[in-house]
Amino acid sequence: MAITIRRVKHRYSIALLVGVLFGCNQKNDNLLLIDGSSTVYPIMEATSEEFLKKYPDFSIAIGVSGSGSGLAKLLRRDTDIADASRPITPAELKTAYETGLALIELPIAYDGLSVVVPTSNTWAKTLTVSELKRIWQPKSQGKLMRWNQIRPEFPDREIHLYGAGVTSGTYQYFTEAVVGTSRASRGDYTSSEDYNVLVQGISTDPLALGYLGLAYYLENKTKLNPVAIDDEQDANGKAGVLPTYETVRTGLYQPLTRPLFIYLSREQARRPIVRQFVAFLLKQAPVLVKETGYVPFSSTLYQLVRQRFMSEKAGSLFAGKKESGVRLEQVLR
Amino acid sequence: MPTRNPPTRTRQRTTERVIELFLAGCGSISLLTTVGIVGVLLFDSVAFFRDVSLWDFLTDTQWTPLATDKHFGILPLLSGTVLTTAIALLVALPLGLLIAIYLSEYARPTLRNTLKPMLELLAAVPTIVYGYFALTVVTPLLQRLIPGLSGFNALSPGLVMGFMLLPLVASLSEDAMRAVPQGLREGAAALGATRMQTALQVVLPAAFSGVMVSVILAISRAIGETMIVAVAAGQQPRLTLNPLVPVETITTFIVQISQGDVAQGSLEYNTIFAAGLTLFVLAFGLNTVGYFLNKRFREQYD
Repeated sequence: MAITIRRVKHRYSIALLVGVLFGCNQKNDNLLLIDGSSTVYPIMEATSEEFLKKYPDFSIAIGVSGSGSGLAKLLRRDTDIADASRPITPAELKTAYETGLALIELPIAYDGLSVVVPTSNTWAKTLTVSELKRIWQPKSQGKLMRWNQIRPEFPDREIHLYGAGVTSGTYQYFTEAVVGTSRASRGDYTSSEDYNVLVQGISTDPLALGYLGLAYYLENKTKLNPVAIDDEQDANGKAGVLPTYETVRTGLYQPLTRPLFIYLSREQARRPIVRQFVAFLLKQAPVLVKETGYVPFSSTLYQLVRQRFMSEKAGSLFAGKKESGVRLEQVLR
Repeated sequence: MPTRNPPTRTRQRTTERVIELFLAGCGSISLLTTVGIVGVLLFDSVAFFRDVSLWDFLTDTQWTPLATDKHFGILPLLSGTVLTTAIALLVALPLGLLIAIYLSEYARPTLRNTLKPMLELLAAVPTIVYGYFALTVVTPLLQRLIPGLSGFNALSPGLVMGFMLLPLVASLSEDAMRAVPQGLREGAAALGATRMQTALQVVLPAAFSGVMVSVILAISRAIGETMIVAVAAGQQPRLTLNPLVPVETITTFIVQISQGDVAQGSLEYNTIFAAGLTLFVLAFGLNTVGYFLNKRFREQYD
């Protein structure tokens, strides 16, 4: 008899399991899925926290898989909003077009890509863009391995490089701005989509040099030293410029100041939760963006972005174009 | 319970046969799984080796499949794996064997019966926990002793992995040593051997095959260990045997690629199958060596 009872129990638990699995699969109107750039993540996290305080019935899940992965998920309709630290590529736009997705592009903040070293590093105070290029260009792979190869007065010790993973927008932007070709980089460095891993690596490795989003540097100011970047042009002064809130806002920090984006489809933009979330984000951005360590736009610029969202204007202003030096105010008008 | 007529012979036989078939099926699952895995590894590796020559794979000293200047030399990853494994074994083998000798030859039964389960608790710790333990506790501790130690390095995860392997080595070796018949120990004692002499010169050689199996298993485990090294050893392929700098193991690389969004079927994606095949060959080779050692040195006392 015991056997029969056990069987019944089993059947019951299987039914339960099936129920749970199907339950998870149901589309939930109160659930918002965000995925993409780890650079933009802090803004999304802060916004969703504030948003959920105001609208406790909603829930938001934020993934951090890198700009490329986030956009890929958006194109597969696996996420509702993709955040990206680079503009969408023409190829991605084409895929969207082919799968019948009208994508809306919204710039939301400025970031200053920061080149950092651990606080124990006493020599790397300023680097020129051409020095950065020499460090990171594909040709240097396996060749430029010591600090004094950058500048003779630097110590004759190994250099350990840390940088963004190849699917991240940060990688794409950095290679474009520094090496000159998008996605052209040496490969022998510690790469991660997770900036906390990079912070951990750089801050504890005396020979490290790496790059990451401004927010991650500001949050770890006690562990990391910024390197001033000299773009070798006199427009922003002759010396190197440190990544700070002010230098990014005023555009002095070149060429590593860049806009951050969110992307969503037109059909998603009509869902109440998405609509409310994006409206909330654009309204609170001046406060939240600053809070998370990034640099907010001017209020006129946010007004323009809001108009773009309301009019559901699809397409990209940046796809396939050089980003550095583009004035958002002009292109958004 | 109501009494029932005994089932007929034929019915019994059919039931027997069904059960037998079922059990045979269960038994073949592990075999089929291995065959399936080898098949997949080989299939995708073939695609990889169409583009990259085996010679380059084995001799190139750079591993940069995602960079502009692509190199597919497994050596930097292999050196990471070998380095962390070696450090782990330097901890696990001596300590594990000493523990086994103590438990089997010296400890009183009551003590042994409390110590052994406690030791085996170590095996119940999830490896990701060990990984963060290495990264956030052991590494900072080591950095105080060794200035210049990177935050990611081979030393700390290697040491932690050694401790993870302790129960495996100690427990299996102890089982093997305890299986040595009591008569041998008594004989040694009768000849005037001390406990130490008995343990090292009589029991250990008699249990050699079992001890070897535990060692081989520990090596395979260390080579295949993923989470600890992925978390604490770093992610930069570097051809070095310096335990103080960030390295990347074969397993970490596979994790890194499968987490990113490298397009399936591309050459970059297929690298993980070539790397996986390398791991498999290593582990399979070791297990085979273990099998032969076990056969060659088995001592029968029945």
